[in-house]
Amino acid sequence: MSKLYSGAEIVFKCLEDQNVSHIFGYPGGAVLPIYDELKNFNSVKHILVRHEQGAGHAAEGYARSTGKPGVLLVTSGPGATNAVTALTDAYMDSVPLVCITGQVPTHLIGTDAFQECDTTGITRPCTKHNWLVKDVNDLAKIIHKAFEVATTGRPGPVLVDIPKDIQFQKAKYKLYTKPKKLNGKSHDNFSQKNIDDLIELISKSRRPIFYTGGGVINSGAKASDLLRELVYATGFPITSTLQGLGCFPADDNQFLGMLGMHGTYEANNAMYSCDLMINVGARFDDRITGKIDEFSPKSKKVHIDIDPSSINKNVKVDLAIVGDIKSVLTTTLKTFKKSKKNFSKSNKHQISNWWEQIQKWRSKRSLDYIGSEETIKPQYAIERLYELTKDKDTYITTEVGQHQMWAAQHYKFNKPNRWMTSGGLGTMGYGLPAAVGVQIAHPKKLVIDIAGEASVLMTMQEMSTAVQYNLPIKIFILNNEYMGMVRQWQELLHDKNYSESYTAALPDFVKMAEAYGCVGIRAKTPEELDDKIIEMLNSDRPVIFDCLVDKQENCFPMIPSGKPHNQMLLGPKDQKEKKITGKGRTLV
Amino acid sequence: MANSKSAYSFAGKKQKPDTHIIVVWVDNEAGVLARVVGLFSGRGYNIESLAVAEVDQKQNISRITIVTTGTPQVIDQIKLQLKKLVPVHKVADFKREDKNVIFKEMALFKFVANNGKLNKAFKACKNYNPVILDKTNKSNVIQITALRREIDSMSKNLKKFGLVSVSRTGAVAMTRGSEIFK
Repeated sequence: MSKLYSGAEIVFKCLEDQNVSHIFGYPGGAVLPIYDELKNFNSVKHILVRHEQGAGHAAEGYARSTGKPGVLLVTSGPGATNAVTALTDAYMDSVPLVCITGQVPTHLIGTDAFQECDTTGITRPCTKHNWLVKDVNDLAKIIHKAFEVATTGRPGPVLVDIPKDIQFQKAKYKLYTKPKKLNGKSHDNFSQKNIDDLIELISKSRRPIFYTGGGVINSGAKASDLLRELVYATGFPITSTLQGLGCFPADDNQFLGMLGMHGTYEANNAMYSCDLMINVGARFDDRITGKIDEFSPKSKKVHIDIDPSSINKNVKVDLAIVGDIKSVLTTTLKTFKKSKKNFSKSNKHQISNWWEQIQKWRSKRSLDYIGSEETIKPQYAIERLYELTKDKDTYITTEVGQHQMWAAQHYKFNKPNRWMTSGGLGTMGYGLPAAVGVQIAHPKKLVIDIAGEASVLMTMQEMSTAVQYNLPIKIFILNNEYMGMVRQWQELLHDKNYSESYTAALPDFVKMAEAYGCVGIRAKTPEELDDKIIEMLNSDRPVIFDCLVDKQENCFPMIPSGKPHNQMLLGPKDQKEKKITGKGRTLV
Repeated sequence: MANSKSAYSFAGKKQKPDTHIIVVWVDNEAGVLARVVGLFSGRGYNIESLAVAEVDQKQNISRITIVTTGTPQVIDQIKLQLKKLVPVHKVADFKREDKNVIFKEMALFKFVANNGKLNKAFKACKNYNPVILDKTNKSNVIQITALRREIDSMSKNLKKFGLVSVSRTGAVAMTRGSEIFK
């Protein structure tokens, strides 16, 4: 007779089988039996966070920097509800998470018991799937299924809710066997005809562009390699969404920078004027398309995506290829190399006018800003940070707001999985705990959270986690005392009525760093910035870097509201000529 | 809306909405209906009627029939989003006008009136397989099966014969001929 294990033991047997090395969590009444077993399973290390949202974001950071699913373990009631923001964030940005929650004992469910909440009900819209375990004999099967759902197809978060009595009950443990067929939810069903059509379009195009997104990163490092190969083989220009940064080297001449609301002039204009748009793993998000009726009006659109529901959701496309980016690109390259040898040379003439046009747009230098000797311009701070860290294999996380956009614009990423930012949900407070997760996964690497002072205060308590586990994360705060992006919109759209966007009482971040037991550094002038950054980089402890920047600086360029891609608002010089008025104000 | 300061775009051009009948085969497990209905409400899709029951006790399969209206793009999204749900096995979609599909709905009508009116009411139902399920000297309950819009108009027209209560199942659908939906 095979051995009987308690529900709590089965949880860890499953985690071991799934090769989980770290879980992020916070104990509480309804998960105590699971925490009790922790000591018996050495291969799973638990990271104690300070708030369940932090556990979620840390697991996201872990997942996005490794490509493996992140795991969090929280208690019932408030434990579960605190994790909801992180689950929703992961759902929007397609990050594989497995969230295990405790639940009150089965017989108390529905009685409004202490720390009871309808966890599966609350998390149903923000997970790919969730389970309430009602029988200990199903537990192992469910947990393994949870990992399968989280990591296959378009990745995303799942949740397993385990009542306390189930954690005590005993059952046999069955070893995990990988299923051959994945319930029809994994979609890799493109045809050779699709690929031939794509290549036909590629060879005819005179004004092509690749528009790539987070799907490339999610498909694994190999997908980025294949993408590079294809982009070089075609000689086409490429732009990337916020989430796709890093899948193509940012310092390459074929890269036009990020597109979208705060994308570059050349990228957005190229998107508007192209005759062929090849969307690889992006989803035509509203921050990308601007005014949808005038989105890239003259182009044939190709959409490669693993999620069939992404196709034609926002923008109607001419050729849909449903499949994993890696396999689609593999087939494309194979076919392409066979039928179009030396394409990039022979095709050079056909797209030379296009490149000339792009160079003209480029010469606008849309990311330029007016420098200053007295105050640190936030863009300058990011530029210096990039210059001083570019030779290290640096991992960057961000919070949400102006600093996030400046980081995306001015920090150049050359590898996938190095850039962790909350794009879809736009969660302020994401970056610090995400940095904790990244540092756990990559203990020897440099991990920097480019932050704003308002965002970082939302999850500041996780510094305590960083100190506890000796995680030398660097929190690089661009401190302008405002919720900068809110302030910017108020300036541009609400007649400079800065309603509640100024934080009148901020903590002293240097003293705060010391109180947490880490290092605090402050930079006030451009002159001292480099030395201070180097001081930060030389520290082997967690650092909070308080970078006092220009309080009025706005993030440009910008697609102003109600406008298509070809009508961008450039920096301060250009702005006087085009004022945002009337209807356009709603779109920002 | 013109002066709205929302952070998002205006709605673009609207396509014309059609009525569709969506049939979904799902595992009959806890919360599955909430998942399907939550998907509709969460994404702002309409539900005009919904009928659900287990149809295969052995494999625990339930069949959900949903009548909805939406533009072609929305209907497409509904189908694709439904197919992504883990307990969903297959999804069928029929236009209301589709001649190859039978749509039927059952309704129970309660009339309270004198005998003359009750008889008229029964006669008025005669095209829709009426069955008298209950009868007293001042009331009756009639069961009919008909199309949605027929029941819509019947429940309006029968008011004059003393119709006081209507209960209806929502449409269910089945393809004609020997074909079954795979």
